[in-house]
Amino acid sequence: MAVAAARKAAPARKDQPKKEVSAQPASFTRDQDEHAYREMLLIRRFEEKAGQMYGMGLIGGFCHLYIGQEAVVVGMQMATKEGDQVITGYRDHGHMLVTGMDPKGIMAELTGRRGGFSRGKGGSMHMFSKEKHFYGGHGIVAAQVPLGTGLAFANRYRENGNVSLAYFGDGAANQGQVYESFNMAELWRLPVVYIIENNKYAMGTSVTRASAQTDFSRRGLSFNIPGEQVDGMDVRAVKAAGDRAIGHAHSGKGPYILEMQTYRYRGHSMSDPAKYRSKEEVQKMREERDPIEQVRHRLMEQWKMSEADLKKIDSAVRDQINEAADFAANDPEPDASELYTDIVR
Amino acid sequence: MPIDILMPALSPTMEEGKLSKWLKQEGDKVKPGDVIAEIETDKATMEVEAVDEGVLAKILVEAGADNVKVNTKIAVLAGEGEDVKAAASAAPARAKAEAPKAEASRAEPAPAAAKPAAEAPAPQPKPAAQPAAAPSYDASDEIPAGTAMTRMTVREALRDAMAEEMRRDPDVFVMGEEVAEYQGAYKVTQGLLQEFGAKRVIDTPITEHGFAGVGVGAAMAGLRPVVEFMTFNFAMQAMDQIVNSAAKTLYMSGGQLGCPIVFRGPNGAAARVAAQHSQDYAAWFSQVPGLTVVMPYTAADFKGLLKSAIRSPNPVIFLENEILYGHQFDVPQLDDFTVPIGKARVARAGSHVTIVSFGIGMSYALKAADELAKEGVEAEVIDLRTIRPMDIDTVAASVRKTNRAVVVEEGWPQSGVCAEIATRIMETGFDYLDAPVARVTGKDVPMPYAANLEKLALPTVSEVVQAAKAVLYR
Repeated sequence: MAVAAARKAAPARKDQPKKEVSAQPASFTRDQDEHAYREMLLIRRFEEKAGQMYGMGLIGGFCHLYIGQEAVVVGMQMATKEGDQVITGYRDHGHMLVTGMDPKGIMAELTGRRGGFSRGKGGSMHMFSKEKHFYGGHGIVAAQVPLGTGLAFANRYRENGNVSLAYFGDGAANQGQVYESFNMAELWRLPVVYIIENNKYAMGTSVTRASAQTDFSRRGLSFNIPGEQVDGMDVRAVKAAGDRAIGHAHSGKGPYILEMQTYRYRGHSMSDPAKYRSKEEVQKMREERDPIEQVRHRLMEQWKMSEADLKKIDSAVRDQINEAADFAANDPEPDASELYTDIVR
Repeated sequence: MPIDILMPALSPTMEEGKLSKWLKQEGDKVKPGDVIAEIETDKATMEVEAVDEGVLAKILVEAGADNVKVNTKIAVLAGEGEDVKAAASAAPARAKAEAPKAEASRAEPAPAAAKPAAEAPAPQPKPAAQPAAAPSYDASDEIPAGTAMTRMTVREALRDAMAEEMRRDPDVFVMGEEVAEYQGAYKVTQGLLQEFGAKRVIDTPITEHGFAGVGVGAAMAGLRPVVEFMTFNFAMQAMDQIVNSAAKTLYMSGGQLGCPIVFRGPNGAAARVAAQHSQDYAAWFSQVPGLTVVMPYTAADFKGLLKSAIRSPNPVIFLENEILYGHQFDVPQLDDFTVPIGKARVARAGSHVTIVSFGIGMSYALKAADELAKEGVEAEVIDLRTIRPMDIDTVAASVRKTNRAVVVEEGWPQSGVCAEIATRIMETGFDYLDAPVARVTGKDVPMPYAANLEKLALPTVSEVVQAAKAVLYR
């Protein structure tokens, strides 16, 4: 459909978009719970291993771990269909894993080897998979927001029915290009869901020290973009919100904002001692809100899975991660000739 | 197999640290995520988390040990179902806190894997010796003999190029400020909305950073956006998306994700619009690997090169000029006239001195050649047309013939395109030069508003003539 036509046809919204409070999270089937558990565990074990390999000097540069935030990408991915695109910033390992990118290729990129998704030329923050509709992995805070809006523009242009998921953090949410994107996305009714992963800290600066409006679901208000706050530690709440947001975008109503209230357990990057928050705060989150423990609890209590059943999943995940780590540690570095390839086509 | 726990590096530069505290003791069960120890560096205190599950069989470095080298074994973990005692006894003796250096020094050096086989020397950008002479490009082959020509302005040639490419490929679309209903701030997109509709000719809000990024995202998804900046002065707002997103993604994705986009619009000085609206960005963009930078002079080249730019799989910076928009040139009447990117054109043949320029700089170069001819000096004038990749072969071939070179641009002198051309002439043909290369550039000042000062800030024909005479020692 024509962009301008869409603008004219769509009636102006008079009502301010209401911040819908997520109701009781949608319940999961046993299969869904098991799937979510496996996916979240894969991310956590991957990140723990990445942290370990960083400590061994096998991974260089910047390495931002996703531990604690797993429910966000797992729940959102469960709400997508084949063809929907994902784009995010530099804390991207979890996003790649849920799109189905091979952990071996991701880990080998972290170690800068030829078997990595970018053949060793991108590293932790810059990976892509056209096949899995993953468009990066971007190192400049908030650059992915106009880019994700552009992916949605292409979806609209091609009328392919796909929705683009543009993830960014509470820190990126203060960048000007985010609002330039919001304006165009609503103006042209682009099929994009903006997912603000509010993990409470932009590097070492807490949300309250950096943001005049700390309710990020309201950040689209002046553009008439609806938004809601979501318990980003509960994968069921994430999935349910994802269904609503993607449904909205898919039906031609334009963008939607989800503020995922989440928490990162680790520092901003590997070299961050996280002195800006107390150990008790982190410990409390881990003990009371951990996204994986929540599902694990349900699997045992509600679905009557045994320790042994869960152990089976745990070891399968661990084997997969160990295999990825072995591959990444032993795969050769890129050939020196790679220095001059892929600059232009 | 028991699992060795190694002293971790907590930053890219950390080589050693103090193991300040053990939070788990021998015999304790640990699971992934448990904090087992604290480490101090000169910068910070950090926690060491367990990655594997098991029982802490033996602590090898006591709490309080200083200068523990990264990758020293600090503890042994007995995995599930393993004998804790056996694991502990197989481990080496514990290092005392008071003598940590000795233990640390016996530790293995950083694993070889951290720096594997990259011993092959990096390819040198340029050999020191003068390379073998490469042949010149002959642009006269671009237009078959006997082709009928039409007189048209640069503005019309650009419009025709976009219209032809939009007819040819439905993935091509134009976006920018005032490109559709207003018909273009400089009327370059005149008539496109009427022919192609609002889906493909899109007015954007005044939001350069945002719509440049939207364009790049659409290009990553496979569309072919032509993004117009009302002028390139405003593209500074979008610099991050152009340089970091458009130019580098192909490389950073290992060749997976290209960005077939054209950023076009007027660049450089117009008339009496002062410093913020009068800058030539050719040098800025031409520094970036991954970008193609085109800056034509004639209407035929504008048309043929814009068509090639739109078809290019790479991000192309297409630099136009407001003053040139109204200039008329002959354009070949061909159904599909394209000019290859990266090839210079000999605009005027001569044997005494080579004058190299591009874009509006060509107007000074050609007029100077006319002046010089009156005095019996035959200048060969080369229009680079593309700044990156630069066709230095054609320039070098000319310099081998004339042994003298003058380079001309409207942009600033420091780190400018002329500086690059002069360097390349030296690298490829130093032995052929009978005089140092001379530069004629815009002056090293922000563009002033006053008419007389503005004139002084720009290059002049007379400066080019003087420079040519200087390299001829006349």
